[in-house]
Amino acid sequence: MKTFTLAIRETLAAEMRRDPAVFLMGEDIGAYGGAFGVTQGLLAEFGPGRVRDTPISEQALVGTAIGAAAAGLRPVVEIMFMDFITLAVDQLANLAAKLHYIYQIPCPLVVRAPTGGGRGYGATHSQTLERLFTGIPGLRIAAPSDAADASGLLQTAMRGANPVLFLEHKLLYPLRWKLGEKLPPPVPFGHARITHSGDRVTLIAWSYMAHLCLAAAHQLAAAGINAEVVDLRTLAPLDTETLVAAARKTGRVLIVEEGPVTGGFGAEIATRIFEAAYDSLDAPIRRLAGPDCPIPASKVLEAACIPSIAAIVAAARELAESTN
Amino acid sequence: MDDWVCYERMVLIRCFEEAVERLFSEGRIMGTAHVCIGQEAVAVGIAAALKPGDALTSTHRGHGHFLAVGADPGRMMAEMFGKATGYSRGRGGSQMMADTALGFYGANGITAGSMAFACGLALEAQQRRTGRVVVCIIGDGAANEGLFHESLNLAALWCLPLVVVCENNRYAMSTPVAAGLANTRLAERGAAYGIPGCAVDGNVVADVRAAVETALTRARAGSGPSLVECETYRLSGHSKGDPRIYRSTAEEADAWQREPIRRLEAQMLAAPGSDPARFAACRTRAEQAIAAAIRFAEASPAPDPATVTEGVFAPD
Repeated sequence: MKTFTLAIRETLAAEMRRDPAVFLMGEDIGAYGGAFGVTQGLLAEFGPGRVRDTPISEQALVGTAIGAAAAGLRPVVEIMFMDFITLAVDQLANLAAKLHYIYQIPCPLVVRAPTGGGRGYGATHSQTLERLFTGIPGLRIAAPSDAADASGLLQTAMRGANPVLFLEHKLLYPLRWKLGEKLPPPVPFGHARITHSGDRVTLIAWSYMAHLCLAAAHQLAAAGINAEVVDLRTLAPLDTETLVAAARKTGRVLIVEEGPVTGGFGAEIATRIFEAAYDSLDAPIRRLAGPDCPIPASKVLEAACIPSIAAIVAAARELAESTN
Repeated sequence: MDDWVCYERMVLIRCFEEAVERLFSEGRIMGTAHVCIGQEAVAVGIAAALKPGDALTSTHRGHGHFLAVGADPGRMMAEMFGKATGYSRGRGGSQMMADTALGFYGANGITAGSMAFACGLALEAQQRRTGRVVVCIIGDGAANEGLFHESLNLAALWCLPLVVVCENNRYAMSTPVAAGLANTRLAERGAAYGIPGCAVDGNVVADVRAAVETALTRARAGSGPSLVECETYRLSGHSKGDPRIYRSTAEEADAWQREPIRRLEAQMLAAPGSDPARFAACRTRAEQAIAAAIRFAEASPAPDPATVTEGVFAPD
């Protein structure tokens, strides 16, 4: 059994052993091991030149990584909380995403970002902000929901030639999965995964919400409702084909997303399905997401902002049983 | 580069920029451009100080920097015309061209936007011990961006082989330095990071070159970054269509008295045995080179619209 954290740490270490161009940058990733402990022990093995503690300068640390990538190194940046990536959006949107298109300079950069709520950290340490980047061509976005995908997608990200935003949900870090001694195989981008097969209703999610959808599917199955669960794995590129096929299969689609409903990536998914499969839909596409408010710190208020297994089950059930 | 090579490059830059202004006024090119008329000595002084293998990052006002390190005026002009033969195949325009073979890692449309990027180039040089030094050119406006502080702090902290050259052309678009900088002595910012900061007359190519060479030598020796402020003057508007109502014609006329090309010319003429006809011939050659660049650009094919999404990602 390995945690999500260990799967990522082992993958970072394996890639660093394999390729001397790989190095890590981030705030408190050295002796401290990162705010969530992901890089624990790596400083001891690889030294301060390859496990670089940086000042609290998100813009400079991301920009420096972009420059190092442009010169042929393979930086992996840790943004301590994804909320702080707002400080580096310019560098990602205006530089990393455009280097190859405009200048034909490859930018093999990985930006790891712990995302999401559920730990009571409050409004500036709990957001899922992939929506800021899904509309910026030139960036890839990976959002694993289990340890094998975390490793497999990270391997692909670290061996590629493009900037990748790698989302690590904080609630996934301590969870355990069965994984062998060896690293799982790399997972190609743009291939969604059906984690549960069903014919009554299709649940679509990514990152921690895909994990919750799988749990919800087990509960639904016990109640006699078979749900098809699609884990996107990557938001960019987006595997529209698998989404549409899964929507056609059940005719009923529930998209589950952690952030506020307005402007969320769920809207893009819904539109793609509607454009390609409206004639197969037996009910309006439904979105289960957060309300349009910042994430509060209080446990009860925070819980009101994030879809739960119970909420997913209830929404899926309602959708499966609706007559349209 | 001897005085003549410097002079030729400065005149080539001047002719290129004058042509760009003319082409805009004639409606032959579109979009926008920021020309560097009056600032040619900064570009050429830096280029003269660089060694093969060194790298350079530039600003939104980057034509001169690129030409100074040897860019092909034809491919630059083709980019201005949005043609497939341009440095960025028509995707970049005036503000976004690069040629890494020349060590030129790109002009950049975001003020201060290349500063951390330059730190990254320098970090690669440091980690792989390539001996490369990176020169990051910024303008006075960039000094007020947060990235200026973050980048200089990081560069100093990590002792990166970096030279930041601030082209202080007195204006951030229409805002004079005195209205944008609490302390207009930009070079003093170096002290905040414990690195050398010096100010030179940016209209004297030899002074720019000497200051940058000193900084490069220090960086190459592993002693870390420096800040070099080059005091110059943007003789044209910020971009095409700038009416320059925020400053007086008297001020501009005064600045023209100190423009760098005539100053270098005067200095070279004062040398014994100089031939005045050589200067005119140099100007003619530059004009011919720019005319040829324009012909190349106009005769070049437009990019195929069907290719517009090609290259968003590099082949993995």
